[in-house]
Amino acid sequence: MLKKNLLAVFLALFFGLLFTGVVIAQQPTPSDDEVNAIAKQLYCPVCENIPLDVCPTTACAQWRELIRQKLADGWSEQTIKDYFVQQYGARVLGSPPAKGLNWLIYLVPPIAILAGVYVLYHAYRSWKRPSRAEESAPSNSLSDRDANQDEYIKRLENEVRKR
Amino acid sequence: MNETSAKPNEKISKPALPRWGRIVAWVGLFALLVVVAMVLLRKQQGPVAIGQVPPAFTLTTFDGQQIGAANMAGKVVLVNFWASWCKPCEQEAADLEAAWRYYQPRGDVLFLGIAWTDTETASLAYIDKFNITYPNGPDLGTTISQAYRTTGVPETYIIDKNGRLAALKLSPYTSLSEIQSAIDPLLTP
Repeated sequence: MLKKNLLAVFLALFFGLLFTGVVIAQQPTPSDDEVNAIAKQLYCPVCENIPLDVCPTTACAQWRELIRQKLADGWSEQTIKDYFVQQYGARVLGSPPAKGLNWLIYLVPPIAILAGVYVLYHAYRSWKRPSRAEESAPSNSLSDRDANQDEYIKRLENEVRKR
Repeated sequence: MNETSAKPNEKISKPALPRWGRIVAWVGLFALLVVVAMVLLRKQQGPVAIGQVPPAFTLTTFDGQQIGAANMAGKVVLVNFWASWCKPCEQEAADLEAAWRYYQPRGDVLFLGIAWTDTETASLAYIDKFNITYPNGPDLGTTISQAYRTTGVPETYIIDKNGRLAALKLSPYTSLSEIQSAIDPLLTP
């Protein structure tokens, strides 16, 4: 009985491995979705500003076919992107690598936004200040006027006394 | 009285940024404008002009051969940018090959084909289709086309024996005689 069970397990493992091997060796043709998942991250220099997945030119069709071929060969997404950069330069990438002058792309927009917020904040404060000054101004001028009047009355009384 | 009324005005006229901050902001803005101006100027320059020394490059051909400045020195060099997907390139392919076969025995003329943004499989099929025998290779990283500031394909640059650009063609050659009329004057002693 034990021998029979062992034989059954052995046969199951053998055919299981055989079947898995066949599946691995087959390397099914990658679907359009799999190809486009990588293609949409790439831009062909021939048709600038159009992602590779929707670009209608022959050049782009060839590139998509190349991605399909590399996927079928078992290449990873990153390896395929690295290959395209090596072949056609970093400008094929939708997100350029953060090095050299490319840093400007990543630094300038946030700095410009922060600078804009800073300027707006200070402009808003400067708009608010004059109104506060205006509010406080009448009270100051009134008290000043009272003080002046007191002084005037005092001088007037002194003059009257002298006479 | 004057002191109290002057204080709010002083606060209003006080700048939002300290002096060093304003200097940094202006220098940053100026540097950014310089970079943008340089990029725009470079884009507007157009291809290498006749009489200029074109940028040096090394071409790695599809069969692994390295062709650099040493191979080009003292020769008339025809550099042709092409692509397998480019229909106008096909118009001139046969004439370029015929011209190469005509000049090759002399030894002082070199033809170089540079496949621009092309896949290797398609490039090799194109070379095979037109039976092209002169050295051809991919424009790896599009460095050569960027150095030459090409605007598309086909584009052909003919460099004289002194290494200066003698002729420039931004469209396909229409006949063998047209290619010969560009090269022959450069071969006379």
